[in-house]
Amino acid sequence: MRNVFLFIRRHFNFLFFLVLQIISLSFLFRYNKFHEAAFLNVSTEITGRFNQRYNNIEYYFQLKKTNESLVKENLRLRQLLKENYEGPDSNRRLINDTIRADSGKSILKYQIMEAKVVNNTTALRANYLTIHRGFAQGVRTNMGVTGPQGIVGSVINVSRNFAIVMSMLHPQFKVVVKLKRGGETGTIDWDGLSPNFVTLRAIPKSAKVSVGDTVITSQTSSLFPANLMVGTIEEVVPDNSSNFYTLKVRTATNFSNIEYVYVIDNTQFDEQKALEDSTRKKVQ
Amino acid sequence: MSELLKNIIRFILFILVQVFILFKMPPLHRFVVPYLYYLFILWLPFSLSRMSLTFIGFIFGLSLDYFVKTPGLHAAACTLIAYVRPFVIGMLISQEGADKNYIAPSIVSMGWAPYATYVIVLTLLHHTYLVLLEWMNFGTFIYFIGKIVASTAVSLLLVLLTELLFFRKQKFRTNTI
Repeated sequence: MRNVFLFIRRHFNFLFFLVLQIISLSFLFRYNKFHEAAFLNVSTEITGRFNQRYNNIEYYFQLKKTNESLVKENLRLRQLLKENYEGPDSNRRLINDTIRADSGKSILKYQIMEAKVVNNTTALRANYLTIHRGFAQGVRTNMGVTGPQGIVGSVINVSRNFAIVMSMLHPQFKVVVKLKRGGETGTIDWDGLSPNFVTLRAIPKSAKVSVGDTVITSQTSSLFPANLMVGTIEEVVPDNSSNFYTLKVRTATNFSNIEYVYVIDNTQFDEQKALEDSTRKKVQ
Repeated sequence: MSELLKNIIRFILFILVQVFILFKMPPLHRFVVPYLYYLFILWLPFSLSRMSLTFIGFIFGLSLDYFVKTPGLHAAACTLIAYVRPFVIGMLISQEGADKNYIAPSIVSMGWAPYATYVIVLTLLHHTYLVLLEWMNFGTFIYFIGKIVASTAVSLLLVLLTELLFFRKQKFRTNTI
């Protein structure tokens, strides 16, 4: 026993070093446990405050671009107004059903909240955004996040006033999308090469695909409402061995200058998930 | 200014510079990641015990991890270089007892060539370990080697610039042995 203590005393520095290494490596490899293990909730609140200070300054340099993208979005939304689609002398009239619109609470599926981006990275292997809206303001995990130009990511962790969004530029981010032209669905992931491009897989070769085609979100994705912009096809990567296309997609969102995002609350998500989970249990 | 206060200010500044300037810059290439923050560990005083050095390295790395949300990645690399640092200094320092006569490692206290070797060895070690941990989850061998070489080159350039811009005057302390 004495020898054990002597050994510990002699190699105390090395043992201490080993213990710290093991702690950091366990943080690293048990990533999903990190949220509980390393007090990420508390630290998000603290680092969030730093990020907010920094963003207050940085914001002024981006005002012009932010304004431009918001104007563009306004323009797009204005073109969707019902008043724009009234033809003269048509034999059908579009009637706005006010009863449905007013009592729309029960059929409203997606609720949208705006949020300021206070921190954002694009240069790392796994990128996250921090937004200034937490559970006190109605953000929960597993909410979709979209920007003025296209989808951005999904919420993975929430503190009181801040939330962490896993960016589309993250190796673990996956979303179901479809081609606007034919409606074939595939999944998006990021290969880590460039912040401007993501990869679209699992589109069957029977689909008609050409460079410049639009990729939009699918209604089967529980995070996002259908038909949100994702990006445009930049290149069809040749791959003769597979029955599926591998497509390089240019993201609609410019990740380097996001200032505002919209958090999408799928109010029926819990019900849908509960049903799907209980079915899975029943089948097994 | 006391040495403790100076190092606390450095701690904060290095983290902020790394997070809000170097990580915000649009990357030249995916291999080129400019790291400078670990210079804090290289600049710590000689007088710290090995245990406190290792511990400071761990805390420093972990604070950066909280900002970039890479749990334990930088903490592991920082702990390693903080632990290895005394060995490297022991090997490089000349017989005059510079570690007793000066406060911290610098060009003045160690001389040009030993200090450069010290920085290069620890930079290479830090980057190799960091990229190795990253590479385990992802990437090819070319990615591994390319990222180490490119990031080390950029980091060394940054260290050189920092040393030139913020030249640290070091007093020769005679009656301290």
